[in-house]
Amino acid sequence: MNQLIQTAKEIRRLTFECIASFGSGHIGGSLSIVDVLTVLYFDQMNIDPKNPKKENRDRLIVSKGHAGPAVYATLAHKGYFDKKELYTLNKIGTNLPSHCDMNKVPGVDMTTGSLGQGLSCAVGCAVASKIKKDGAYIYAIIGDGESQEGQIWEACMFASNKKLDNLIVFLDYNHCQIDGTIDQVVDCGHFEERFKSFGFDTYSIDGHNLQEIKDTIIKAKQVVGKPHMIILNTIKGKGVSYVEAMGVKNHSIPISKEDLEKALEELK
Amino acid sequence: MEFRKVFCEELRKLMLADERIVILDADLASPNGTMPLYKEFPNRCFNVGIAESNMVSIAAGLSSYGMIPFIFTFAPFATRRTCDQIAVSLAYSNQKAIIVGTDPGVTAETNGGTHMAFEDISVVRAIPRVMVYDVTDAYQLKQAIPQMLNYDGVIYVRVPRKLYADIYKEDYEFTLGKSDILKHGNDVTILSSGIMADIALKTIPYLEEKGIDAEIISLNTIKPLDEKTILKSVEKTNRVVVIENHSIIGGAYSSVAEFLSTTRPTLIKAIGINDEFGQTGKYRELLETYELDEKSVSSKIIEFLKKAI
Repeated sequence: MNQLIQTAKEIRRLTFECIASFGSGHIGGSLSIVDVLTVLYFDQMNIDPKNPKKENRDRLIVSKGHAGPAVYATLAHKGYFDKKELYTLNKIGTNLPSHCDMNKVPGVDMTTGSLGQGLSCAVGCAVASKIKKDGAYIYAIIGDGESQEGQIWEACMFASNKKLDNLIVFLDYNHCQIDGTIDQVVDCGHFEERFKSFGFDTYSIDGHNLQEIKDTIIKAKQVVGKPHMIILNTIKGKGVSYVEAMGVKNHSIPISKEDLEKALEELK
Repeated sequence: MEFRKVFCEELRKLMLADERIVILDADLASPNGTMPLYKEFPNRCFNVGIAESNMVSIAAGLSSYGMIPFIFTFAPFATRRTCDQIAVSLAYSNQKAIIVGTDPGVTAETNGGTHMAFEDISVVRAIPRVMVYDVTDAYQLKQAIPQMLNYDGVIYVRVPRKLYADIYKEDYEFTLGKSDILKHGNDVTILSSGIMADIALKTIPYLEEKGIDAEIISLNTIKPLDEKTILKSVEKTNRVVVIENHSIIGGAYSSVAEFLSTTRPTLIKAIGINDEFGQTGKYRELLETYELDEKSVSSKIIEFLKKAI
């Protein structure tokens, strides 16, 4: 577990450097999912960075596609591509656009960015995996603000109706969206009850506790006949105190050299 | 034969041979004629319920796994309702799917204005990697279906569900992406989209009475346009009429005008829906209401040719 903790820290450093290299970006919602990305790519997923399109691999669809920098940092650290590429984020002609791109980035399993769509894509993958009987797990990460999109709930209805127990969804419950807190904009409280009532096997855990994330995934895999929803109680901007303190204002922000130094010092 | 029966029969054959093919419906499997496939291929047919956006993104997920999804719903829901899912989940993500939008334009008949898509082509034509195919007749559709599997992108197939006029015969050979010259002529090029080929052919006696020898071409695909065939005909006739069961904004007329204005500026008469909504009625009644019947179309062509010297 100590190794995983160090890995998560390194991914946070790389995420920060990646966004700082461009000068601004979606730091808050990237940092809030680093821990789940760490557990998935460095502990749970059946994947091969040398063969990103491997048959029967587990897949992750990051439906909140603006967390691209955290995904790219994780993939680079895992060895999918050279870490130097992280410093090309959003520069013209880059292979790393701010939102996740499956055709440009080795290891990204679905292009996302238009909120609400990625979970349906994950459902499509879970159906395909069942047809092919390849034994893969399909993981998806959705946002709490993203869950204001009706399509999320369409996807949930279908997933439970088809008993897609190979689908494990994480909700990044960081309580923030662009225009304010979730409660201020459109209250989406009682997430666990909502997803349970939509037929999901649900959990609500500390989204920054690597052990808890790991244990919950293992537990969810034992439950058959239902798709799984793991609500990650997270902090937007987790890991860097000045970003955390900005709260709802940290969605997409400028990052100066001084900011980067401050963050890296804290992430030592 | 009804278009929906052609789809069902051809897909059945293809699904027996190709395990990649999956069917998606949004609670219109019965009217769209795919229901028999659910009995034969229960593991590859999915009714997602009344949730078209979800259906399109699910198709993208299936495609990313190597499957070939055929999506069925009425034309307005297949395009207007799912525009962003087609753009992002499918086209931008480089996925493959065949979207079958049924009962386009006036063929929505008594489902009326809410269901009568006159702008479905306009909506999807602007999205890169999307082919737009306006089906001309059942013989053609039968040949087109297997070819759809080979297209690396999204195909929007615009097709009525029921029985409409046959244009071709059994021995007809179709290549998806190509137009067909239905009648050779020298005085004007009539380009018809989809089932309007029937109306275009029915103008022949009216035009001949006025000494007009028209060349009639069925466009078949609006995107890509068969530019070579169009250009060759226009070089000869110098005048073009486009007939479509669609708005004249963004459909076949617009595509032809966009092409000719930069390659060979030519006078073009648009015969379609003039920036109006649909309404309830039977097919023939609606053709007459929107002046898309052979008599109205013929008068418009005759008037146009008087002015366009």
